[in-house]
Amino acid sequence: MSRITGCFQRLQEARRCALIPFVTAGDPDLSVTLPLMHALVTAGANIIELGVPFSDPMADGPVIQRANERALARQVSLRKVLGLVKAFRAHDVETPVVLMGYLNPIEVMGYDAFSDMAAGVGVDGVITVDLPPEEAEIFVRTMQHRSIDPIFLLAPTSNRARIAQICALARGFVYYVSLKGVTGAAHLDVESVANKVYEIREITDLPIGVGFGIRDAESAARIGAISDAVVVGSALVQRVEALRHRWEVIPEEVPLLISEMRRAMDHGRSPR
Amino acid sequence: MQISQSRMGDNALAGRFPDEHGHFGVYGGQFVAETLMRPLQELCEAYEQCCNDLSFLTEFEEDLKQYVGRPSPLYLAKRWSTQIGGARIYLKREDLNHTGAHKINNTVGQALLAIRMGKRRVIAETGAGQHGVAAATVAARLGLECVVYMGETDMERQAINVYRMKLLGARVVPVTSGSRTLKDALNEALRDWVTNVDETFYIIGSVAGPHPYPRMVRDFQSVIGREARAQILEQAGRLPDALVACVGGGSNAMGLFYPFLGDSEVALFGIEAAGEGIETARHAAPLCAGRPGVLHGNRTYLMTDDDGQILATHSISAGLDYPGVGPEHAWLKDTGRATYASVTDGEALQAFHGLTRTEGIIPALESSHALAYAGSLAKAMSSDQVIIVNLSGRGDKDIHTVASQEGIPV
Repeated sequence: MSRITGCFQRLQEARRCALIPFVTAGDPDLSVTLPLMHALVTAGANIIELGVPFSDPMADGPVIQRANERALARQVSLRKVLGLVKAFRAHDVETPVVLMGYLNPIEVMGYDAFSDMAAGVGVDGVITVDLPPEEAEIFVRTMQHRSIDPIFLLAPTSNRARIAQICALARGFVYYVSLKGVTGAAHLDVESVANKVYEIREITDLPIGVGFGIRDAESAARIGAISDAVVVGSALVQRVEALRHRWEVIPEEVPLLISEMRRAMDHGRSPR
Repeated sequence: MQISQSRMGDNALAGRFPDEHGHFGVYGGQFVAETLMRPLQELCEAYEQCCNDLSFLTEFEEDLKQYVGRPSPLYLAKRWSTQIGGARIYLKREDLNHTGAHKINNTVGQALLAIRMGKRRVIAETGAGQHGVAAATVAARLGLECVVYMGETDMERQAINVYRMKLLGARVVPVTSGSRTLKDALNEALRDWVTNVDETFYIIGSVAGPHPYPRMVRDFQSVIGREARAQILEQAGRLPDALVACVGGGSNAMGLFYPFLGDSEVALFGIEAAGEGIETARHAAPLCAGRPGVLHGNRTYLMTDDDGQILATHSISAGLDYPGVGPEHAWLKDTGRATYASVTDGEALQAFHGLTRTEGIIPALESSHALAYAGSLAKAMSSDQVIIVNLSGRGDKDIHTVASQEGIPV
């Protein structure tokens, strides 16, 4: 059983929803991301999603675009992100780590070389934003061969046929993008998200994570009540950005949002 | 699959590529976020229907004739050919189209498709501004809302085209991310599309992007090659020995090449921008000096570093200043059907002046790359041989760039 599947099983037994923070690796510096990852776990994160910097982040809004630019200014490459995961694993062998990024860095490294290295350092899942199932067959096979979960996005525009096609390939969990748009967009419609999550549940037994547009404890609790995992990205990255000139306090202050979300989500879910 | 054989291509290769998922061998495909996959499927279906719809095809052809001004002439550049010595060089005069470049062939087609799909808002990316102007032009004519994304750096370089787009009623949005050029404008247009996907049609300007764009844009542009093939048979009584076209994304080249793909005796040359020289790394020549990768929805040759980051490009011509290239060109390179070479800023400028002074035709700097290569090719050929160069655009937009190269205030 993969670390991700195990994580969701334990949470489901405890009737809790997973909380998945996203941070861009190397923003503002790799030496900050490592303690930040550990602090996020302490604050209540169940899975860590690490953004792999890319020069052309087409699906990201301005907040995460700037995070990519800050990381790239420090020459943070896919190789260095894998090194970061290795360093994280020296002190945490339980928390699943998922890489999220774009295909080209993996293409250039080569699917085999990448999956060997990723498995070797303890990466548990990979989300490749610009790799839909139609193009993913070889990639999925390569990942699964090394027991890495290929995680796919579902969107408001995905119809039943696409949801079924994607869930047949996906492992670990599926990630429902809650709105049409780029990361960091504001308008979250909880009711329409709930309807779509219900539709996805009819098709798959995989845990369903929801991301895009979750900014605070309240929205995390509302989404947490209808899904298996809440992903929070831009709201965290925005806090990193605000503190980019005071690195030393980032691992202390940024996880406060995760603590708040955790409390609100657990409260909302507690059996009455 | 493509617009019917007789209309869109009349050779054995036509219709075989891409496959139904948009692949040209290992290239092409649909590498986009999930949100865009169903819209792309809908676009594929709508395009397919139009290809088999006589009223669409008739309207498209009529617009090309009455609005764009087609057919464009195939002109024998006698004096320039004589000065060079060697093969006779014919120019396919896309510079004489409405708006001054080949770009409008494609925007006319895509805008008609947008209307058929019930979309009243169109968006476009632009580098030099020619595609942005061509998109704004058809939007004005059809009463569509038009938003054009343009890198801030390019807006400075091409201020007149920015104003032209505004005159035409388009909103020009400056793009300030990344290198602030064409690739960043494409990123921003994709972000707009993913956000406003229900009511928006994205008019991509080259044979790039996710399937069906490379095929669709090629089909719309292949009117260039169909006309040229018929014209050269009539004027020279034979097929040409070589075709030469510049390649940024590669739409003017694909448009010219496509109807000749089955004519194995016709050599195809695509010319990339060598900028300040391939060895300086300041160039925009992914086919000549790049490697395969994935960007903007397709797998193709890219300028990318060892970490998979996209590299900055340089060319004197904003229209060639792009780190990728249409996937069909990647495939034509690997199969050996076409040959890709590069020409420096300096060589292109020399050809710009050469044609201007001997023929009274001011070519676009993009097209000047093709002219420069054709010149060197012609020298090694005999006077009974024939080259067709795609003169893809006129050079009025480049006057400032050329003058500043020579230190002349305009």
